[in-house]
Amino acid sequence: MSILGASNNLILIRFILNKKEIQTALPPGTLLLDFIRYHQHQMGTKIGCREGDCGACSVLVGDFKNKNLHYQSATSCLTALGNVHGKHVISIEGLNMAELNLAQQAMKDESATQCGFCTPGFVVSLSGFCLTEQEPTEENVLAAISGNICRCTGYKSIEKAAGTVCKSLENRGNESPIDFAIRKNYLPQYLTEIPARLLALKQNLNGALQPKTAKPKFLGGGTDLYVQQHETMHHEDIDFLFDQSDLKGIVQKGDICEIGAASTVTDMLESPVFQAYFPNLKQIGKLVSSEPIRNIATIAGNIINASPIGDLSIFFLALDAKIHLKNGNEKRMVPLRSLYLGYKNLDRLPEEIVEKISFKLPDEQSKINFEKVCKRTHLDIASVNSALFVELEENKILNAGLSAGGVGPVPLFLPKSSAFLSGKTVSIELLEELLELIQTEISPISDVRGTETYKRTLLHQLVKAHFSVMFKELDVKQLMNLSL
Amino acid sequence: MKNIDSNSHLRGESIYLDDVPLVAGTLFAAAFGSPHAHGKILNLDLSEAEKMPGVARIFTYKDVPGENQIGGIVPDEPLLAEHHVHFQGMPVALVVAESVEEAKMAMKKIKIDIEPLPIITDPRVAREKGELIVPPRTFKIGDVDAAWSQCAHIVEGTADTNGQEHLYIETQGAYTFPLENGSIRIISSTQGPTAVQRHAAICLGIPMHMLEVDVTRLGGGFGGKEDQASMWAILCALATYHLKRPVKYSLDRMEDMRMTGKRNPYSSDFKIGLDKDLNIIAYESTYHQNAGAAADLSPAVLERTLFHSTNSYFVPNVKATAYSCRTNLPPNTAFRGFGGPQGMFVIEAAIHKAAETIGVPAWEIQSRNLIKTGDEFPFGQIAESEAKECWVVANQIFEPEKIEKEIKAFNAENVLFKKGMSFMPICFGISFTKTPMNQARALVHVYTDGSVGVSTGAVEMGQGVNTKMLQVATQIFSIHPNRVKIHTTNTFRIANTSPSAASATADLNGKAVEIACNAILDRLKTITAEKFSVSETEVSIDNEEVLIKGSPVGYNWSQLIQDGYLKRIALSEHGHYAPPGLHYDAKIEKGHPFAYHVFGTAITEVTVDCLRGTYLVNSVKIVHDFGTSMNTAIDRGQIEGGLVQGIGWMTLEEIVYDENGRLRSNALSTYKVPDIYSVPKEIDIKFLKTEKDNMAILKSKAVGEPPLMYGIGTYFALRNAIKAYRPDAEMEYATPMTPERVLMGLVGKKQEKVTV
Repeated sequence: MSILGASNNLILIRFILNKKEIQTALPPGTLLLDFIRYHQHQMGTKIGCREGDCGACSVLVGDFKNKNLHYQSATSCLTALGNVHGKHVISIEGLNMAELNLAQQAMKDESATQCGFCTPGFVVSLSGFCLTEQEPTEENVLAAISGNICRCTGYKSIEKAAGTVCKSLENRGNESPIDFAIRKNYLPQYLTEIPARLLALKQNLNGALQPKTAKPKFLGGGTDLYVQQHETMHHEDIDFLFDQSDLKGIVQKGDICEIGAASTVTDMLESPVFQAYFPNLKQIGKLVSSEPIRNIATIAGNIINASPIGDLSIFFLALDAKIHLKNGNEKRMVPLRSLYLGYKNLDRLPEEIVEKISFKLPDEQSKINFEKVCKRTHLDIASVNSALFVELEENKILNAGLSAGGVGPVPLFLPKSSAFLSGKTVSIELLEELLELIQTEISPISDVRGTETYKRTLLHQLVKAHFSVMFKELDVKQLMNLSL
Repeated sequence: MKNIDSNSHLRGESIYLDDVPLVAGTLFAAAFGSPHAHGKILNLDLSEAEKMPGVARIFTYKDVPGENQIGGIVPDEPLLAEHHVHFQGMPVALVVAESVEEAKMAMKKIKIDIEPLPIITDPRVAREKGELIVPPRTFKIGDVDAAWSQCAHIVEGTADTNGQEHLYIETQGAYTFPLENGSIRIISSTQGPTAVQRHAAICLGIPMHMLEVDVTRLGGGFGGKEDQASMWAILCALATYHLKRPVKYSLDRMEDMRMTGKRNPYSSDFKIGLDKDLNIIAYESTYHQNAGAAADLSPAVLERTLFHSTNSYFVPNVKATAYSCRTNLPPNTAFRGFGGPQGMFVIEAAIHKAAETIGVPAWEIQSRNLIKTGDEFPFGQIAESEAKECWVVANQIFEPEKIEKEIKAFNAENVLFKKGMSFMPICFGISFTKTPMNQARALVHVYTDGSVGVSTGAVEMGQGVNTKMLQVATQIFSIHPNRVKIHTTNTFRIANTSPSAASATADLNGKAVEIACNAILDRLKTITAEKFSVSETEVSIDNEEVLIKGSPVGYNWSQLIQDGYLKRIALSEHGHYAPPGLHYDAKIEKGHPFAYHVFGTAITEVTVDCLRGTYLVNSVKIVHDFGTSMNTAIDRGQIEGGLVQGIGWMTLEEIVYDENGRLRSNALSTYKVPDIYSVPKEIDIKFLKTEKDNMAILKSKAVGEPPLMYGIGTYFALRNAIKAYRPDAEMEYATPMTPERVLMGLVGKKQEKVTV
């Protein structure tokens, strides 16, 4: 592997890798994975795909959140060094103790390692679970390893090991996860010293990373840019947005919700505002990628990436979200529904970044449903996804927003279908008419995610699914019999 | 015993190809693959690329000092393309540079002009055009043509299986080092060290004894690194040969997916005939194997398709013909099951179609026709069968009638969801079907401190073979496992190895270890007998303690080894094993190719979401014929992993090439293997302990490949669930059963060919 040249930037990147304080002059776009393997020569972090789809390179990234050190899993193959500036990074080597740690012992006991190549990634994810505040439930522990692919075991043994880890955390009570894990000797002792060391390090960061030129590349979490442009990103002049405090936070202002552009999908799923207003949030969240990717992928990134099947674009299109762009002090607002002009063509200047996303919070008479079907239900890109938002008065629809992905060159808002629903009373007949109308608003093409016919059929079905989920009073048999 | 690599795996300390510490002066390679699937090379312009920074040299076929040929069975595959290209990604040139980045940057500057030639991707089209890799083969028993008249039911149809990407999480790669006097050391992520050595010798024009191939372990292989690993190792060796510097090439995922072959897709025709009592009287099948652009292992894969054309059933009249068809895809290759699954899918499709036509559940036909001990396979071998035992025990333990009843009730109550179930019996022959390959060697050293080093031809790739080898040595010497170390697989220590494949690795190499250990043990017993003035038969070792007539005498393993050294007996042994009784005559297609067969039965239950076309596998319940498992933890892992890989092949893993032969499912974002959520909610495996004498190591039957075929059951369970929703669904017997295919069945539409 290459010895990448040192950058001219005077600000060195500093962070703690396991026990060791790192200070490097490498280009901040260098990937954490390459740094760990080829510069630190710690070979436990493996390369499987370099696109965040296998989890062999999983690491934990710790940073302060409300004064507490908070760890999340991340795929180091999509994480720029600039995004761990001032943070604590734990690789598999940083989880080893004299004896096997909790996750390692559990996996050994269940014979959950075969060829071993994916194993460190699973250990990192499971150990990371020991460090999070999440409730130790089976659902949560499986989500923690949802980004890890194993080609040997068939997962049952890993599932059992995860169960053991989960059970070991049950009696944690109110003790902090880190203290508990260390007291129980589940994880290495040195972790207790990290908060103080990291605080000290943060005092000496010498400022935030600054781009060198006037036209830098904007980078959020990197989960898309490092997949699409992995050969050039390392050397780009980057403006790191991920940790900019003015781009963080999800707040409620009256009936408006404002999401800082650099908020991650996990931030959204954990946000009290979202949890209060979207009771089915968790189910929706589970359909979006995997936990390590949700931890680093930003909401603005998902929208600006303009993938025709971006899950969050579809969700927010239905909600009629507004995109707040800024270029220095110049600010403007673009409705998401008019942001996409054509394939990967946006109503956005190259200098503009998203500052925040806002939308009107649904009231009690409103419903939203999100549907997504892909080859693999989780950690996959949709063949077709769709969201339907309705404001109701009894069973009359006052206002509706229907969106669909994978059926056109951009994430689609279906204006005719949405308008058609407004003022109508929910019935099978209404659905039948709607189903005909949606077909006139879409233009899917055959690709690796499905044939055109399939995508048309699938959207037809997903719109039926919206109705079936939202309007329980409809006769399921009648609904199922509506054919394309 | 736990896998002996557990701790180092879990601590991230196991060393794979890309983890080998870099030697100063290492160069990095990258292969330039053809951008076209078929054509004539008019011009290859390297001038600009050669001037790029860091480039050491760019190699073409002209630089191959020996023969430019890596074909294992048929010499039809050049190391580097000469005048023609036959698939997209076919290596044309090798860029070697000071860094990976520089090699890849330079590669982009290579210019190639190719005159396009017609592209074939469909094996049936290839057959029509006479593009066959080897002449077709036919297996016959009885007289199928005469038998149709005895049949009450005759059903015909086609059955297609798609390919499968191996998706070992560790990609292909090699690292080569110059040794003195022109020798080369090759570290390769290969299942076949000798294949690498043999073909490197051919390409470099040097004897095999100058090539040391060393393999510590693989991050997964599944057949994909049997012959396909050779290319990368030999390319590195070629560069080292010329440049006298270490050269490394670890493929990135997209290179690996684009440039290497996969499980052979098949398109097949079947005709099955049953009498009124549902006995299968006649079966005729024709297989069109999509071999890709070169033979690779396809002719052997083809042969195994024929060996397994009747799966677990006895059919008195069979005619099975197989064509290996040349197309413009990367050369397809071995993948767990090696053609067996493709053959078994066809007869299962035939049985299910017959069942639907007759109006009985498929399992009534399946259960009635299971092969019995004494029945003859179409290739002449007489069965030693556990098929019925597995089926009966599965019925006793899992009560499928109850499951069926519950499913019927569920389906009657539910509109949105439907359940389905299926039975999948399996029968898999153990041995390399090329009889001479059934041989193995082991080198056992006992050192003066009592520690033991074992080398074999087996490659550890997650299947736990090293653990089993250690168990054999430990058991024979009766010493503590810590005393034994399994060394790397190395062609300087063990020569002429067969690849770790065909599920036979533990059997063959284990027996060689057994032979070597027993030879040393015999010598140790001789000196002990002399020392204590007893006969050798009165000497034994139990848990490191030497026993005379069964009693300890204060003399242990360490002392015994010391004495052995002082008495100058050989504390090393090279064991050789070749299983007796195997023979096969391809001229008449009859013989006894397999040491034994492995049997089992799986019962699968699935639920389909009839609105969305999505599904989940509720449970797979298996009774499997293990013989006497020597390591239940490892063997269970093989069953679970094989099953899930088989389910992946049958359901969500979809390889898509476009009509230009370009792979569209070329990354993990577009090719989906099972994740933790998509595997069966429940996998229940019951060990059928079978005591019949067999040729397995310690009577522990081979377990690598057979379980993959349990996955076929998921396909048919899904069909049954779809039929429960739409009884008139007209669905082809084609895989994979993606949510698209399911939904098309549910809404009563024909699945269009997936082309993009």
